[in-house]
Amino acid sequence: MEESQLLPHLFRTEYRKIVSVLCYLFGIDNIEIAEDITNDTFLAATELWSVKGIPENPTAWLYTVAKNKTKNYLKRNSVFEQKLSVEIKHTANKSEEIEIDLSVKNINDSQLAMIFTVCNPANSTEAQIALALNLLCGFGIQEIADGFLTNKEVIYKRINRAKEKLKEANIKIEQPTISEINNRLETVLTTLYLLFSEGYYSTSQNTILRKDLCAEAMRLTFLLIENPTTNLPAVNALLSLMCFHSSRFDARINENGETILYQDQDETLWNQELIEKGQLYLVKASTGNNLSKYHLEAGIAYWHTQKEDTPEKWQNILQLYNRLLILEYSPIAALNRTFALAKTNGKKEAIIEAEKLNLTNNPFYYSLLGNLYTDIDNKKAIENFEKALQITNSPADKATIIKNINLIIRK
Amino acid sequence: MNEFVLIFRRDYITKETQPSPQELQDSLKLWQDWLGGIAAQDKLAKPLQRWDGEGKIVTTNKSVINGPYAEIKEAIGGLIMIKATDYDEAVAIANGCPILDQGGNVEIRMAVTGTY
Repeated sequence: MEESQLLPHLFRTEYRKIVSVLCYLFGIDNIEIAEDITNDTFLAATELWSVKGIPENPTAWLYTVAKNKTKNYLKRNSVFEQKLSVEIKHTANKSEEIEIDLSVKNINDSQLAMIFTVCNPANSTEAQIALALNLLCGFGIQEIADGFLTNKEVIYKRINRAKEKLKEANIKIEQPTISEINNRLETVLTTLYLLFSEGYYSTSQNTILRKDLCAEAMRLTFLLIENPTTNLPAVNALLSLMCFHSSRFDARINENGETILYQDQDETLWNQELIEKGQLYLVKASTGNNLSKYHLEAGIAYWHTQKEDTPEKWQNILQLYNRLLILEYSPIAALNRTFALAKTNGKKEAIIEAEKLNLTNNPFYYSLLGNLYTDIDNKKAIENFEKALQITNSPADKATIIKNINLIIRK
Repeated sequence: MNEFVLIFRRDYITKETQPSPQELQDSLKLWQDWLGGIAAQDKLAKPLQRWDGEGKIVTTNKSVINGPYAEIKEAIGGLIMIKATDYDEAVAIANGCPILDQGGNVEIRMAVTGTY
C-alpha cells in the first residue's frame, strides 16, 4: 500500500477498534474521553510518521500509543481512574493498573457491545445511523453530512443529542445476553439495513462514499455473524441480501454518477464473487423456523441476479413479494409486487391492481402506471409519467421519466 | 377505516365436488396473489393465521365430535381480518376470493368498536 494511503486506511480500520475498546472500558459517560484519546493517537501518527517514517508494524504502534495515552490520561486524572477502578472490578482485582486490552477477542467483544449500544431504541433510527457511522465506522461529521445530503451542524447536533440520550438513559456498554439479543436484534438489524440502504439508494452523487456506506453496513453485519451468539438466520439473510444488492453496484451507476436501470445494466459488470457469497449466506440463513423479511428480500434479490427473464423467475419474485407484504407492508414493496404481477399475469390485470394502491404522493406510483399503460394506452401512459415528473425531486428519476416519455412519443 | 372479518366456507366433504390435486395446486397461486393484493393495499388488519383443518365441535348436549362438520357439510376453511371503509369495499375485496370459484362463500362481518 502507498504510504499516503496507509494512514487513511488505518484510520478506517483501526479507529473503530480502539474507540470501541476504550468506550467498553470507560462506559457510556466517557465516550468523549475515548474519542479524544483515539483522535490523539492518530494525530501523533500523522505527525511522527511524516518525520520518522512509517514504523515496522503500524497497527501495533497505534495500539501501543493508544495504551500509553490512556495510561497517561488516567494518571493525570486520578479521580477518573479511581471511579473507573471501582466500576471495572474484573480488571482492578487482577492488577493495580487498569489494563487496556487490545486483543482480537476484546476488540470483537467491544465492537459487539458497541453495536448494541449504538442501535439502542432510545434514539431515532436516523440518530442511530449517524452515531453508528461516527463511532463504529470512523466516519467524519462532513462525510456523514454528505451521505445524508445535509450540513455538518445538523449531523453534529444529531450525534451529540444521541450521545446525551444514551447517557441519560444510563445505557451500559456490555455484552448483550441471549435474551437481550432476542429482544433487540431486530432493532440492530433494522439500523444496519437502513445504513446499507442509505448508501445503496442515496441520491448523493458521491459514488465512493455510497460504496463505503454499504461496505460498512456489511462489515458490521459480518461482525454479528462472526460472533456465535448473534450468528442467527436473520443476520445471515441480511448479509446475503446486502451481497446480492452490492453485486450490482458497478453496473447500476455510470461514470457520471447516474443510475442505470436494472433492465439496461451490463450484467458482465455484476460481481460474481458477491453473488456467490450471497448464495452462501442465504443457505446459512435457511435454518430454524423464523422467516424474517430479510429472508424474503434476499430471495427476491437472488432472483434478480438471474438476468434472464423466465416465467419461473417472475413467479418466484411475485410470490416472495406477496409474502413480504403479508409480513410487513411498505409502499415500495407494493409497487414492486405489482410490477412482478405484470410480468406473470399480464399488464391489464396489473393495471387494475396498481390503481387500487392509490399511492398518489409517490412518484414511483405514477412511473409504474406509466410503464404499465405503455403499449396498452399510450395517452394514459404519458399522463402518468407527467404526474411522476411533477412530484419527483430526484434529477436521476426525472431523466429516466423523460426518457420513457420520449420512447412513447417516438413510436 | 373499519375492520372486517372475512370467513371462508366451503363443502369439504362431498366427494364429487372436491378439487383435483392439480386444481388445488393451481389455487395456491390464486390465494397467494389475492392475499398479496390485499396486503399491497395495506388492508390486512391482522397478520395471517393458519388454522388446523380437523378441529372439534362441542354440541348442545356437551358431547365432543372430531372434525368441524356438525349437521352441515360446509366448514370454515380459514379467515382473515381486513381494513375497509364500509361493507361495499369489503364486498369488493371478497369478490376476488378464490374460494368463490370452488363452490364456497365468504361471510363478512364488521368489527364493532366502542364500549360494552
